[in-house]
Amino acid sequence: MGLERLNHNFLTGTLEDVVKWARYRSSWPATFGLACCAIEMMGTGAANFDLSRFGMEVFRASPRQADLMIVAGRVSQKMAPVLRQVYDQMTEPKWVISMGVCASSGGMFNNYAIVQGVDQIVPVDVYAPGCPPGPETLIHAILTLHTKIKDGEITRRRKETGAGANLDLGGTGRGEVLIPTGRAGGGRSRP
Amino acid sequence: MSDVAAAEPESPPEPERHAGALVTRSRGQEVLHPDLDTFVATVAALKDEGYVMCVDVTATDYREAPERDLPAGVTPERFELVVNLVAHEPPRRIRLRVQVPDGPPVAPSLFTLYPGTEAMEREVFDLMGIRFAGHPDLTRILMPEDWEGHPLRKDYPVGRVPVQFKAAPSSR
Amino acid sequence: MSRAADQGGDVTPTPDGDDGQAPLATAWRGSAAVGAAETSEGAQELSSRAETDPLVLDVEQGAVLRLPEGVALDPTDFDIEPSDDETMIINLGPQHPSTHGVLRLMLELDGETVLRTKPVIGYLHTGMEKTAEDLMYVQGGTNVTRMDYLSPFHNECVFALAVEQLLGIEIPERATWIRMLMLELNRMSSHVLFMATNGLDMGATSAMIYGWRERELLLAFFERVTGLRMNHNYIRPGGVAADLPDGWRADVEHLLHVFPRRLDEFDELFTNQPIWRARSEGVGVLSQAQAVALSATGPVLRATGVPWDLRASLPYLNYDQVSFDVITGTFGDVFDRYAVRINEVRESMRIIEQILELMPAGDYRIQDAKVTPPPRSRIDESMEALIHHFKLFTEGFKVPAGEVYVAIESPRGELGCYLVSDGSAKPYRMHIRAPSFANLQSLPVMMRGGLVADAVAVISSLDPVLGDVDR
Repeated sequence: MGLERLNHNFLTGTLEDVVKWARYRSSWPATFGLACCAIEMMGTGAANFDLSRFGMEVFRASPRQADLMIVAGRVSQKMAPVLRQVYDQMTEPKWVISMGVCASSGGMFNNYAIVQGVDQIVPVDVYAPGCPPGPETLIHAILTLHTKIKDGEITRRRKETGAGANLDLGGTGRGEVLIPTGRAGGGRSRP
Repeated sequence: MSDVAAAEPESPPEPERHAGALVTRSRGQEVLHPDLDTFVATVAALKDEGYVMCVDVTATDYREAPERDLPAGVTPERFELVVNLVAHEPPRRIRLRVQVPDGPPVAPSLFTLYPGTEAMEREVFDLMGIRFAGHPDLTRILMPEDWEGHPLRKDYPVGRVPVQFKAAPSSR
Repeated sequence: MSRAADQGGDVTPTPDGDDGQAPLATAWRGSAAVGAAETSEGAQELSSRAETDPLVLDVEQGAVLRLPEGVALDPTDFDIEPSDDETMIINLGPQHPSTHGVLRLMLELDGETVLRTKPVIGYLHTGMEKTAEDLMYVQGGTNVTRMDYLSPFHNECVFALAVEQLLGIEIPERATWIRMLMLELNRMSSHVLFMATNGLDMGATSAMIYGWRERELLLAFFERVTGLRMNHNYIRPGGVAADLPDGWRADVEHLLHVFPRRLDEFDELFTNQPIWRARSEGVGVLSQAQAVALSATGPVLRATGVPWDLRASLPYLNYDQVSFDVITGTFGDVFDRYAVRINEVRESMRIIEQILELMPAGDYRIQDAKVTPPPRSRIDESMEALIHHFKLFTEGFKVPAGEVYVAIESPRGELGCYLVSDGSAKPYRMHIRAPSFANLQSLPVMMRGGLVADAVAVISSLDPVLGDVDR
């Protein structure tokens, strides 16, 4: 059950908050460590930096059981369809953090072998720069993602850009989910 | 001192050979230059001498820099296959550089002598395009199966994507 | 030059989009849901027996050693090879929690028993050798260091040694000793990570926590010295990038004080533990002859009993001035590879203690102005220094033409750099002999006849780093 089928009104507002809270408090990453960034990701999951305090220490191997894909490392041409396949297998709601400069933009490898940014393949929610980004940077990226989930900004941006599964969330109960109306100047409807 | 003048002209010294191949020294390292047809025999002879392990098979495309330091008697070709061998007793290394002509380049495989060259030769085929006769399974190894071209050749571009830097949106 | 696949065929909406809107149109072949056809690698994969050449079958079964005149040694007890419809080909990876990066392994199973193995690699191919031809020698370290990302100092060192040999320069003593210090500390951090991931792959999740606790100590030291936790670009042609900071000696002594007890914890947790031993003894056995034939080096080779360590046999840097033992195993199984590595950590500590005593004062990089940039403070004072700095960082220093092969002992085995220079400021050809690439070839031999549950233990005991394998 998600937020999608609800008739959003003042009664469901608190429910939406609870669902969002549950989502960002336990977004389980899928194991998608590719290269050096994966080592820093493992380090973030380990005791010194500890992702467990965010409820994320369980790296699920099966994409069906994961919410979050942290693309950690450079994506080669051969890996690109695999990346897309794993992303497609993940169930909604799902988020993507592009960890490291190679995943965000191709990094220092601007050549035939590396896809210049995973946003060419999957929609990315948060970019974490660094080569590799230290655990602090990755945690900052994760917390940014959590804030976005909490604010509902992610669903709003996906509606704008057409990314993600394009779920229509209807009106809002308490202004948490903002749907752009396409009015000039970028208005937002708050029914 | 005039008696010392040789009665017959001195012939140039016999070039140094090791297992039938010409020898040069590159920064103190011994390098052999066998011909393509005697290459496997040279390697087999070296294996009998004690070079038990083939640590590396690689290749260079000399299209852009045809001039290189080769002994007299060796015709430079576009491709050069480089094989590194190591002996354990006593510990020593040796390197072989074999000229492989283009059109298309084919070289004999070392797989029967050193099974460890299987993946290395596949890599050379994948990235340089040199086919190895006698290799059991010559398929691409690093690039996707449907890739066209051999990336490490000099006529293959790096594939740099031009990066456009857009001005960050103003905060105002 | 691109994938000869259909470009932008029909774009089908993703399954859960219920408003019919077209999914995100990406620059990469559209975002149509990718199926098995897209991820198939055709001839690189394991095919059914009927479709496979007999010689290839031998390779996949691990029949490595050839008796004279083409008689193959069958390394198994199996009397009858089952037919195609009795076996199953399964695919492990490339996205899998236990394959140490993006290694794809195709296994042919008869029930739970592994018959044939074929590693499919290239999922992390970064074109680093091609990129190296575009980078100056001072930038080359940044490229090379990301190959074997668990032992970045080793990659940088082998590249720097190759460049220095082509240049024909001698670096100062202190620089050599600093390099050795960082190399041995890197060996420790890499082996500790091996123990962490090996434990995790065998089911001991706490191994990750223990291993990383140790690794963080080392990474903190690396950060103090080089500024980065990983991928440092610290060892450069001409020496090292910066001198050791004040107080480094106390840090290293603290590490040496703390580590032995931590390693003893690993011993308690693993070495003498019955479950660990049952899972690793006799699993993934590799014989000496097979290892040498398959060009395996490093702990994989030493675990089979061959005492080949480049630091002892073909010393580089100043390894001939320190004393240490070459650790060898006996059976070449998973346990021996683990035992070799944990004892190599102890040997590294021994070497570091000697380095602490023998570290001389002096320059940390060669003072040759044509190779080394001048100190930053001098740029304000001297025009010449400014010009040298400018030239070195925009054009780079030129290296005389020639070719050289240099190899060092990385935690994974023989890491070599074959460098060809044409006299310009960029390498003409740089090839890195990757130890993990060659070590992967021993997988079919080690897996044959074992259970699929042991497959993960075997891969993990090889300690492959896919950045090294694919470059």
